[in-house]
Amino acid sequence: MTGLTVFALTGAALVGLGFYGLLAARHLLRRVVAFNLIGSGLFLFFGAAGARGVGPDPVPQALIITGIVVALSATALAVGLVVVHARAAGHAVLPEEPEEPEEPKDEGAT
Amino acid sequence: MSLALDLALCALILGVALATVAGSGLFRAIVFFIVYGLLVAVGWVRLGAIDVALAEAAIGAGLTGVLLLAAHGRLRRLGTARDASHGAHLLSALAGAALAAALAWAWFVLPLPERPGPELAAAMPRAGVENPVTAVLLNFRAWDTLLESIVLLAALIGLWMLTRERDWSGRLGLPQHSRAGGVLASFGRVLPPVGLLIGVWLVWAGADRHGGAFQGGTVLAAVGLVAAMAGLVRPPRIGARLWHVALMIGPAVFVLAGLAGAILAGEFLTLPPPIAKPAILTIEIALTASIAATLAFLVLGPPEEGRAP
Repeated sequence: MTGLTVFALTGAALVGLGFYGLLAARHLLRRVVAFNLIGSGLFLFFGAAGARGVGPDPVPQALIITGIVVALSATALAVGLVVVHARAAGHAVLPEEPEEPEEPKDEGAT
Repeated sequence: MSLALDLALCALILGVALATVAGSGLFRAIVFFIVYGLLVAVGWVRLGAIDVALAEAAIGAGLTGVLLLAAHGRLRRLGTARDASHGAHLLSALAGAALAAALAWAWFVLPLPERPGPELAAAMPRAGVENPVTAVLLNFRAWDTLLESIVLLAALIGLWMLTRERDWSGRLGLPQHSRAGGVLASFGRVLPPVGLLIGVWLVWAGADRHGGAFQGGTVLAAVGLVAAMAGLVRPPRIGARLWHVALMIGPAVFVLAGLAGAILAGEFLTLPPPIAKPAILTIEIALTASIAATLAFLVLGPPEEGRAP
């Protein structure tokens, strides 16, 4: 097991964690954060893949830098939308699902 | 030894990411996410990608952190920062685990790329700069970077469109106030000169060493943000003409350089080797101005005068 494999598997796990957060979190801002985790994990995976062989490859690095900047601009727009939604609706937390397709036992009743 | 360091670092990254996703409380999640960004930046250093590490620390941890904290403040003013707990979400956990497993599987079956990119090594003498990452960003794959600078502008326009009618002529962001003689007021005086120097250095050195327009522009944006938060400068209004020029000069110079390449070298965005270095420097300087202004405005957010009457 090399250092690159460690980072690639970490990236894979981060994507999974972020995806879980994106689906499970109920506050919209936390979903935005989780979405950023997915992106960051993918960058790590991609960067590790690009560094195999002799050393870090500049082409993936340039694409990742581009990706980081685009992720920030998308986050800024998403955060703006969350704030506007909160102002219009009076809440930023998604309501509890009315019906759970496969798990009928957990009932929040808030 | 170094493998042990990598393992420890990755364990830390995963632990902090888990705290971000599964911990309770919105504010805590944001703080953990900032710590996470800094740890990932260290990870990029371990991977030998210094330029990415600089971008991750400045943008991923720094600006995104400020953005999220500011959003938390706005939501709290609206009384909507309270997080609802999400119980164990079995299906989501399964989906996340499946995705992670699929990626891990992909890592072990991916074919090894041909190394070390012979095309890039052969093309580097024609690039005009020594830093291969800068060469890729501004010369060989300039299309990506040009479109990216336009994406930034599009995001800013989208954000400004969320402004309420009565706030439209106000200054960007929330009204800032810092206690006279407090930490922010004095910090806001000490940091900007240092940041300015570092930002300009990152852009200038980015041609041949680590750094570049994005990292430098981000530091300059941070300088502006600190000065604005400390109340030393007041953010502009949406209609300020001079700032429109700053926002657009980067993409504009980029397109002009591309057209010049079309005339001189016969293809859009192709920089002929004799003028590559001055062309890249010109584009980088103009792009830095636009990136710094756009990022700072994105983080400040649309104008918001205060509580709704």
